[in-house]
Amino acid sequence: MFDLTPEEWTAILLSLRIALVATAAALPFGIAVAWLLARKQFWGKSLLDGLVHLPLVLPPVVTGYLLLISFGRRGPAGSFLYETFGIVLSFRWTGAALACAVMGFPLLVRPVRLAIEAIDQRLEQAAATLGANRWRIFLTVTLPLALPGVIAGAVLCFAKALGEFGATITFVSNIPGETQTISAAIYSLTQIPAGDAAAGRLVIVAIVLALAALIASEWLARRANIRFHGE
Amino acid sequence: MLSIEVEKRLPAFTVTMRFDAAEGIVGVFGPSGAGKSTLVNMIAGLLRPDRGRIAIGETVLFDSERRIDIATHRRRVGYVFQEGRLFPHLSVKQNLDYGRRMNGLPDNPAHLEAVLALLDIGRLIDRRPGRLSGGERQRVAIGRALLMQPRLLLLDEPLAALDAGRKREILPYLERLRDEAGIPMVYVSHHAGELRRVATSIVRLEAGRVTETGGLDILDRIKADDLA
Repeated sequence: MFDLTPEEWTAILLSLRIALVATAAALPFGIAVAWLLARKQFWGKSLLDGLVHLPLVLPPVVTGYLLLISFGRRGPAGSFLYETFGIVLSFRWTGAALACAVMGFPLLVRPVRLAIEAIDQRLEQAAATLGANRWRIFLTVTLPLALPGVIAGAVLCFAKALGEFGATITFVSNIPGETQTISAAIYSLTQIPAGDAAAGRLVIVAIVLALAALIASEWLARRANIRFHGE
Repeated sequence: MLSIEVEKRLPAFTVTMRFDAAEGIVGVFGPSGAGKSTLVNMIAGLLRPDRGRIAIGETVLFDSERRIDIATHRRRVGYVFQEGRLFPHLSVKQNLDYGRRMNGLPDNPAHLEAVLALLDIGRLIDRRPGRLSGGERQRVAIGRALLMQPRLLLLDEPLAALDAGRKREILPYLERLRDEAGIPMVYVSHHAGELRRVATSIVRLEAGRVTETGGLDILDRIKADDLA
């Protein structure tokens, strides 16, 4: 019963690719925003904080629709990207990655922020007295010490991206081979009379992938802890 | 060689300090709250004076009139903190190498060997700071500051976090450091006995002001209960 059809494989591989690209793209921005929120006082900080968390509380359809009107071919950001770089996001897998990155962003930022807040800033002072400028302090002290949080955030973002449905389907639709992820494929299969077996297989795949991501994150966080505390 | 003239308003009190120190180890003595840590933090660049001038020989680190304020990471002032502040994610070797790498100094195995021998930390080199005793940690912290080849070494109560046994363990290393390293130092302590062993001159602070500067005989005039 567990022979996956080529169409199902396509959906699985596409989901993995979208989730990986979304996480990789969100990571540098997520770390930067987390650092700003953890360390800096500035005008509009609560606004930024709210904006980051918005995708968590908005209906995903609303986020998808907002992406569609701003990143669609005629939207302000979409037409800019098309005219300057020739990049099209709407109805492409890259657009699905953008939607997933936006939806996963709050889940990424939170653990990274908490990890940075937990770092003893006196270690950063020590690094400065030893000759490290701000950027090198960040790279050699802050980031390595925040690594367990970065791993946790990246895994949460990846898992969210893997299962994202509402914003993705609104922004880039449900095109097999281009934007049809596991979730979208399951949704399609539940709409046809003979789809139960295929939907069931994909459901099992989704559960396995989510569990694997969680186990991987536990393992990575434990290794990071061993490195830091020698225990 | 160390010339200080600073003013800094703090929530609790105002620090006004002025003194010139000779070569050797300047022992900064005073009760807690006298402004000892404020002073070393200003020398290191971690705290900015409101007004004044800080210079090591010909090198001006801070001068409010001339608008000079060298950034902490460019001062080349070594700092041994009370709690060591070793980087927990790096090995002892990587901690020791940190200052040399950040200052772009060439690898110098002879210097490293000399510092390892001076502080007797050669066998700790592959460990993580989490697996060091308090005394070992402090010795590594001293080595880390020495290996960046500082113009000046600041030691802020380096023994305060240690018990009596550990203090006795470290003091001989500090005496060797004074006699062999040839680096000017500022040694902060509220403990006269400690200063008597390592310092070569004394600056006495009280409530943010310098009350006395001079030789070790200053310590002799301090009440017996301060000697603990």
